[in-house]
Amino acid sequence: MSKLTLSVSPHIRSSRTTRSVMLEVIIALLPATIAGVVLYGFRALLLCVISCCACVLFEFVYEKIVKLPVTIGDLSAVVTGLLLALNVPPGLPVWMLIIGDLFAIVVAKMLFGGLGCNFMNPAMVGRIVMMFSFTAAMTTFTPPQGTVDALSSATPLAVMDTLSWANFKDLFFGLHSGVIGESCVAALLLGGIYLCIRKIIKPIIPLCFIGSCILFSFLFGGTQPVLSAFAGGLFLGAIFMATDYVTSPITNWGKAIFGVFCGFITAVIRVFGNYTEGITFAIILGNILVPYINDLTRKKALGGIYTKPGKEAAK
Amino acid sequence: MAVKVLQSIHVPHRKNTEEMAPVRFDSVKTVIIPMAMHIGAPAKPVVKPGDSVKVGTLIGEAGGFVSAPIHSSVSGTVKKIDDILLSSGSTCPAVVIESDGNMTPDESIKAPEITDFDSFINAVRASGAVGLGGAGFPTAVKLKVDPERVEYILINGAECEPYITSDTHTMVDNPDRMYTALAMLKRFYPKAHIIIGIENNKKKAISVMRRYSDNVENCDVCALPASYPQGGEKVLIYNTTGRIVPEGKLPIDAGCIVLNATTLSFIGKYLMTGIPLVTKCVTVDGSAVKNPQNVIARIGTPAKDIVEFLGGFKEEPKKALYGGPMMGISMPDLEQPVLKNTNAMLFFDEKGCRVPEPSACIRCGSCIDACPMNLMPTELEHARVNHDIERLKALKINLCMECGSCSFVCPAKRNLVESHKLAKLYLREASAK
Repeated sequence: MSKLTLSVSPHIRSSRTTRSVMLEVIIALLPATIAGVVLYGFRALLLCVISCCACVLFEFVYEKIVKLPVTIGDLSAVVTGLLLALNVPPGLPVWMLIIGDLFAIVVAKMLFGGLGCNFMNPAMVGRIVMMFSFTAAMTTFTPPQGTVDALSSATPLAVMDTLSWANFKDLFFGLHSGVIGESCVAALLLGGIYLCIRKIIKPIIPLCFIGSCILFSFLFGGTQPVLSAFAGGLFLGAIFMATDYVTSPITNWGKAIFGVFCGFITAVIRVFGNYTEGITFAIILGNILVPYINDLTRKKALGGIYTKPGKEAAK
Repeated sequence: MAVKVLQSIHVPHRKNTEEMAPVRFDSVKTVIIPMAMHIGAPAKPVVKPGDSVKVGTLIGEAGGFVSAPIHSSVSGTVKKIDDILLSSGSTCPAVVIESDGNMTPDESIKAPEITDFDSFINAVRASGAVGLGGAGFPTAVKLKVDPERVEYILINGAECEPYITSDTHTMVDNPDRMYTALAMLKRFYPKAHIIIGIENNKKKAISVMRRYSDNVENCDVCALPASYPQGGEKVLIYNTTGRIVPEGKLPIDAGCIVLNATTLSFIGKYLMTGIPLVTKCVTVDGSAVKNPQNVIARIGTPAKDIVEFLGGFKEEPKKALYGGPMMGISMPDLEQPVLKNTNAMLFFDEKGCRVPEPSACIRCGSCIDACPMNLMPTELEHARVNHDIERLKALKINLCMECGSCSFVCPAKRNLVESHKLAKLYLREASAK
């Protein structure tokens, strides 16, 4: 008789895997990607494909060099690559994007131990490196194909004081200059709703992030606090970047605090700072706080008896 | 019913045997009856090889206060008393009895006379009753409390594990046993509110139990959500009464006694007939079994005999379980007998027993949203890996009931329950030093 397998319960598992989660995120990013390609042309598609390939390749080569098991099958590198491409202007030279990919995958992710161990969002790190290294190229925007309106020369955030609610439709559907993935708010919302329905993310972080950004912009006296929420990378950042599992808090309260904090920093940078955009820094600063937020918002076990630390020390 | 219910998860139901009437299997040749089928001290064998026994003859007497007597499940001859390997990995003496096939009942069997509370407790003790839902805690010990303290008696008929339908059958097929036992509980715990918790997808069982509760004061059937783990003791207490059992305390400290539906049914049967715990309704199912079925089997019947009786395996079994797939224990071999607290025996083929390889935690928090006890499984695993005893304590590892929800939902397929079991062991060893 053959030997029986001995293993610890549970003996059945759900069908959801890391790979299927990443695949759902990629699916949710498709509307924004397609919108980017429609708006900015073939070059946008080229950047997305190259960035994904570069990220997967960097992860593969790194793991081969340091003799780790190859994990490119989990598709997390594809998500990072796609997110990074969606965060650059469509005219960015390809080699600059590849350098961003290198920093995102190798420095921000693999050197910290790979998926699950990085404390900062890899795509955000890649973007910051590019922002500082290639500032000019990263802030040169090309207008959408076939449009010649007032919005097309600069990003809407830079010219917020000249805009009114008459421009809302252009902002919502992305008919203006910007980075590939952030322009079309409609497509981003579609992806966000898909992720919530599929229970990949909870809407807590995006709602708190966007809500607090609007609130604090209003309190700080920023121009067009509500309308400006639809310009720039707020929706892309709040829905797809801030909700990254690894670098966001794990409890619901933690997520709420994190979202509000990111919105606050974004508003501070947008209203008082030199940069027109503050999402990237807000998320990175938030990421750094995550371990503390997690400790603060630890859940109380059902029936758990918690003595104050002082009391225990007295024993 | 409490307004709030605890976090739960959706597991596949796979109740394939729900509509099939259980079949009796009495033609077993040899039964193997271990002396440790309950929590507490093992029973002491009181027979020796060569003795002839009948159905219901005492073969093992309770080894202490927290213990239970054990009776022969067949009539025949004691062949030997030998140590056998249990699924827990430890060994214990077992009485091996060769059946003469006649199933002659012992002459001493007669319905017990219940005059007062003590005689009731003594009857429950003599019946050999233990928690038949899986834990195997001696029922008499649980019931022997000041009736004034008992505010709630909860009957656990949730049966939230996939595949298993034996509790439901026990309730639906012999309602009179349930009613007899419930009436006895009403008599001796007059102040207690009896709540029978059944998952809302088991309509038949709910209607059978309502037939009783509708006519009795202070007795209700509570339809629970059909999600896992409604049958967890603390989960049932919270979801039916809103009460919380404090850390390190027993349900009675929250004014509750929880009895499994099958335990209750057995007590009813014993009060009516005096036949001790010698048979058990067992769900036999799983991808390797040709004809899944509920079998009323003699305690001590080896697993392989039951499957043979049902027509054998359709695929070679690669894994065999006592209990359901969420909390069940792997059997080391197919000789493992039906125990008092066995509610299911599941057999899986190669494909059904495959456990996925774990990968890195992506900190998605699914386990935290799944844990009914509000624990943080991923943090617990981290603390265990770091041998951080203080953190394990702070995160309340000892409140984990190992229901398996966290491992089930984990997309990275991490073996969280395994980690929690190791962590508890580690904590015990550390505090023993």
